[in-house]
Amino acid sequence: MQSAARRNPGARITKVGVRVGELAGIDVDALQFGFECLVKDTEWEPLVLEVESVPRRQRCPKCGNEFRMTDYDPQCPKCGEFATHCISGEELDIAFMEVDE
Amino acid sequence: MSRVEVEKKVLNENQILAEQLRERYRQGGILCVNLISAPGSGKTLLLEKTLERMDKGMRVAVLTGDLQTENDAQRLAKFGFPVKQIVTGGTCHLDARMVEKHLADWNLEDLDLLIVENVGNLVCPSSYDLGEDAKIVLLSTTEGEDKPLKYPSIFFKSELMILTKIDLLPYVPFKAEAAKENARRVHPQMEILDVSSTTGEGLDAWMTWLTARQRKAKEKPKLVSA
Repeated sequence: MQSAARRNPGARITKVGVRVGELAGIDVDALQFGFECLVKDTEWEPLVLEVESVPRRQRCPKCGNEFRMTDYDPQCPKCGEFATHCISGEELDIAFMEVDE
Repeated sequence: MSRVEVEKKVLNENQILAEQLRERYRQGGILCVNLISAPGSGKTLLLEKTLERMDKGMRVAVLTGDLQTENDAQRLAKFGFPVKQIVTGGTCHLDARMVEKHLADWNLEDLDLLIVENVGNLVCPSSYDLGEDAKIVLLSTTEGEDKPLKYPSIFFKSELMILTKIDLLPYVPFKAEAAKENARRVHPQMEILDVSSTTGEGLDAWMTWLTARQRKAKEKPKLVSA
């Protein structure tokens, strides 16, 4: 954020967007709480954290089907294959910022 | 108002370091395993039994992480293999930089096997790649059999689960089959071993797993990855 602010002097960052996968081990409430504490009484205030949750998705190597995995059930709903691969849900990314110029 | 795309991975720096460590292990033909469990599941005792049984020709080194004390390093040092304690001071997991720093005085060419004992925690260690070939998760029979469902991330990322303290099965309500079923729901391809470090049951299978994996690491062609 600081390097982005330095690159755009005069601009004000109003929002930070993060992407958090289901398997990232992040509690979104705790992240929000920590973020608020970090920003409080600093020049970044007021700054909003927007969290986009990414569900766990699997791809079936047999039939190519992609599906949302629920209840830890990896079985492909189309062809019944069990050994499907995780294709999303491990993200922990800073995705975007919103800036007032 | 305008939107600026950033697309930066929060753990990117750790990932870069971990990949460098992985490449160093690969070039040296070293197997690195990362042992993870809740506190008190028996990581250190399993390691003691492992080092006790280890072929003395195998060049093993151990890094062991804890918030405080050198106790584990002292327990493990008596087997004659090099051991270093990583005292995190309060951090609940090891990261790639801590591993790199503590490896600095060891010549990796003199090693066949590096065992990293992570800080007792099922949550954060699952997010930090240490450059290991395999994460190994321990679950003990004094815990809940639904732990793989409560902490799916680490069970999903581990290649092997070791069910420890199986000598206590007659005395505790733990249902081993239910625990394994839960683990396989989260990670169908995961290997599972039953072990009691106290009676020695299952230790042979564990040693076989470890030495077979080590042989595989040794045999890998030492090509620079593309």
